[in-house]
Amino acid sequence: MIKRLKRGFADFTRTPVWKSVFRHKMPKDPKNRALAVLTNVFLHLHPVRMRKQGLRISYTWCMGGVSFFLFLSLTVTGILLMFYYRPTAQHAYPDMVDLTESATLGLMREMHRWAAHLMVITVWLHMLRVFLTGSYKPPREFNWIIGVVLLVLTLLFSFTGYLLPWDQLAMWAVTVGSNMARASPGLGVEGPGSQLMAIGDIPLITAGSDVRFVLLGGRFVGEGALLRFYVLHCIGIPFIFVMLLAAHFWRIRRDGGISGPGKGGPLAM
Amino acid sequence: MTGISILALLAFCKYRKFCTQNKIMSGAILGFPIVFFAISAMEENFWIQFRRPDNVPISFMLWFVVFFIWLAMKKGVENDDRIANGQVVYEAEPEEEEKVFVWPDLVYTEMICLLLVSILLVAWSILIPAPLEEPANPQLTPNPSKAPWYFLGLQEILVYFDPWLAGVLIPTFIIIGLMAIPYIDPNPRGNGYYTFAERRNEIFIFLFGFVILWVLLVFQGTFLRGPNWNFYGPYEYWDVHKIVPLTNVNLSEFIWARWLGVGMPGFWLVREIFGLLLIGLYFVVLPVLLAKTIWKKFYVDMGMLPYVIGSHLMLWMLLIPIKMYLRWTVNLKYFVALPEFFLNI
Repeated sequence: MIKRLKRGFADFTRTPVWKSVFRHKMPKDPKNRALAVLTNVFLHLHPVRMRKQGLRISYTWCMGGVSFFLFLSLTVTGILLMFYYRPTAQHAYPDMVDLTESATLGLMREMHRWAAHLMVITVWLHMLRVFLTGSYKPPREFNWIIGVVLLVLTLLFSFTGYLLPWDQLAMWAVTVGSNMARASPGLGVEGPGSQLMAIGDIPLITAGSDVRFVLLGGRFVGEGALLRFYVLHCIGIPFIFVMLLAAHFWRIRRDGGISGPGKGGPLAM
Repeated sequence: MTGISILALLAFCKYRKFCTQNKIMSGAILGFPIVFFAISAMEENFWIQFRRPDNVPISFMLWFVVFFIWLAMKKGVENDDRIANGQVVYEAEPEEEEKVFVWPDLVYTEMICLLLVSILLVAWSILIPAPLEEPANPQLTPNPSKAPWYFLGLQEILVYFDPWLAGVLIPTFIIIGLMAIPYIDPNPRGNGYYTFAERRNEIFIFLFGFVILWVLLVFQGTFLRGPNWNFYGPYEYWDVHKIVPLTNVNLSEFIWARWLGVGMPGFWLVREIFGLLLIGLYFVVLPVLLAKTIWKKFYVDMGMLPYVIGSHLMLWMLLIPIKMYLRWTVNLKYFVALPEFFLNI
């Protein structure tokens, strides 16, 4: 039975269909292993060969990879959630209840939430690992900066998503968070320097024109905020995030792969 | 708690060899959080906070932070011994420098990680339902109102600083400070391998910021802050009616009213002159003094501009625990209190 299956598979690899997809033989020898990586658009983010030390989980903790995988899980579950969810004050909460009570694969909301919490943690741990191995040092300084921006975007992802269930937890957490914007120096209505921005007695910055108003689309966390956070969460931040992610991965390759002491370096003998 | 954790971190760095190479001590460090949580979970009030679905990942994060710092320190100590003996670090061994093919070695490792994370995620999602509270109601403020858990470190700082600092300026400095690290760190060693001895200042400063001023404050904001953002011990019932006296005093009141006994001057510049001078001394004169004395080495290694940036970021970071301790000991409210301009420090 197994023999027959194996032969069937071998026959299948000789068909024009298979050959049009995979432009190399089975990756069992060096040449085809190299081709397997080089001719695949996803795998070619990797080099063909790498130092053994970069493979060690005890060195990398696998935290960057896990963060990326969680990002992919969040994208998939997020798309499924978007089928069921309407970002309006009238529908948002009942849609949440429907999601848990009656939708098929009702696990998606749980998976999305826990993966989001987990991703915040793995991104922090990834940063900790990169710092403790000194991997931000030349030539990887700029990639560290991209990483910091990705970290901030991860938190903004999570923050904008926090509002969407439209329950008490969501609304007040975002109220607490966005109240900070009111105190931005020079930009918020209660920030230092807001008095200076006035023509005569007419203030230029009011509760209806400060940075918090821009963020929430209103003077309090209401329907305007829900729509803004929804669009940022599903379209705006992912757009920037994916571009930076591509730059982050590309720079890893360009800067010499996973960090290591390096051959010919001061410590290699 | 902050004081104890600073001492613990110092002791861990000082006795790093004993803490990571001794099996019993390692077991104690890694086992203590588990035993602490396991025993505490039997207590009713602790369990109420611990079992909240959103708090579960935070408890796990705490253990992982401890574990990974222990692991990195263990590998660092081993490499430091190798360097002291004139050997290459572990990561530079010829065997480790050997090149392997990405297919299958890396691709399969990635796939196994991916499967494990998927299993964890699905199991977690089945076991713990995502929380959903009552529908949003702008008329009903919950007590306590908490930001999302990863911002609770900042909400904790909000106790000691006004929103323009805790919510805007300090987060901005954290982001700028993280980005600046590669450019203000003058030490070329320790690139691409674990070590402690070669980078002790950098690692200690980073761990101080990450563990004590971020992770522990997140923990404190999550588990130890109850109604009205009052402090509750881990086994304390979250009583809404707990009364905490508010007796905080501004620096200007200390000086004008208490020490000089002359009442508060009306003009703000005169009233707050001491606080403004103090802050000026702290941020302008202190970096210069430090550059000539105990931080002279940093100044020489880093150069003028990186030192100015680095020392200011460092002083901002230190201002947080300084203000905490002044609040706890002498009930200091603000160094500079200028409600006229929403400018309180």
